[in-house]
Amino acid sequence: MTHEKMILAVITINGEAVAGGAPIFVCRTKEEMERIAANLEAILDGIAHELSDGLLVIVKH
Amino acid sequence: MNEYTFPILYGVAVGVLTRLYLLRTDYRQYPTYLHGRTIHIALGAIAAGLGTVAVPAIMEKEFAAITFLALAASQFRDVRNMERNTLNELDQYELVPRGKTYIEGIAIVFEGRNYLVIFVSFLSTLFYLVWNVWAALAASAIGMMVARRFMSGSRLKDIADVKYVKPHFEGAGLYVDNIYIMNIGLPARREEILRYGMGFILTPKNFNARTTIANLGQRQAILHDVSTALGIYRDSGTPALVPLAKRDLNDGRVGIFILPQVEDIEKAKAVIENVPVLESAIRMPGERRWKRRGGSGDDA
Repeated sequence: MTHEKMILAVITINGEAVAGGAPIFVCRTKEEMERIAANLEAILDGIAHELSDGLLVIVKH
Repeated sequence: MNEYTFPILYGVAVGVLTRLYLLRTDYRQYPTYLHGRTIHIALGAIAAGLGTVAVPAIMEKEFAAITFLALAASQFRDVRNMERNTLNELDQYELVPRGKTYIEGIAIVFEGRNYLVIFVSFLSTLFYLVWNVWAALAASAIGMMVARRFMSGSRLKDIADVKYVKPHFEGAGLYVDNIYIMNIGLPARREEILRYGMGFILTPKNFNARTTIANLGQRQAILHDVSTALGIYRDSGTPALVPLAKRDLNDGRVGIFILPQVEDIEKAKAVIENVPVLESAIRMPGERRWKRRGGSGDDA
């Protein structure tokens, strides 16, 4: 089953800014956030989109 | 051997030659394979036979035979289905798919060309039987030229101007000129995109063209053609590296973002300019006749 046009994961350095249904990865640094996002991008076959500074979401199109 | 033998042989030969003439493997990479070609040459031979025997049948007052022509024409509709199915299946495994509109366009062309073969064969045999072989030769040459003209539709450069623009980022947003393409979250991906990406702006030459290039199928065809001709910096599992075409809602310009492996701006521009305008994408709102109040129905 593929979930398209859905937020598959949230990666952030600001844990208070997010909550909700998708898996959330709270990171300590921006570098860590980018590394995790790059891995998730490849694993989930989705695109990492930046919503604001320090907040990324993975969506499959 | 009777008086029809040579005219029929001649008509069939000319028909098959016409099919071969129209069947080219070019940058669209289709039909590339021997078997694909065999199918089309065989069908071309059948079409040529049909067109040819119609003439002696009329002359012998065998009108029942003519009705078989109509029956045969329905066979060629299957050509279209065959092409559509094959290309649809293949499309799932393309890095940049052709899109349904392009596939439909190709399928229509394959069907149409068989009818052109029938037409050329019919004319050639008719001229052979009514006059002589020289008249038939002339008719074949003219027929082939007409078929050739029918074959080539217009190109993108006829309806739009193409201009190179370097893509740039504003925050996470990727832009070609002022047209927003997509949001890229990872800095590493942004670097790749700036390194390999190219942007082009299509400016429609008139209102009809504006609607035609807005068609999603037409845009996909452009992306597919460029990616086939120049390669693509992409693989499965890298969904962020995707060529896209987006539209400026204000003036109908289309921003094309591509990731070619051959970094040659002039070549890319030439390829885009030569993308065929898809029959199914052509819209002509300007052709509508307006019935103005009190007016007599002038063109808009």
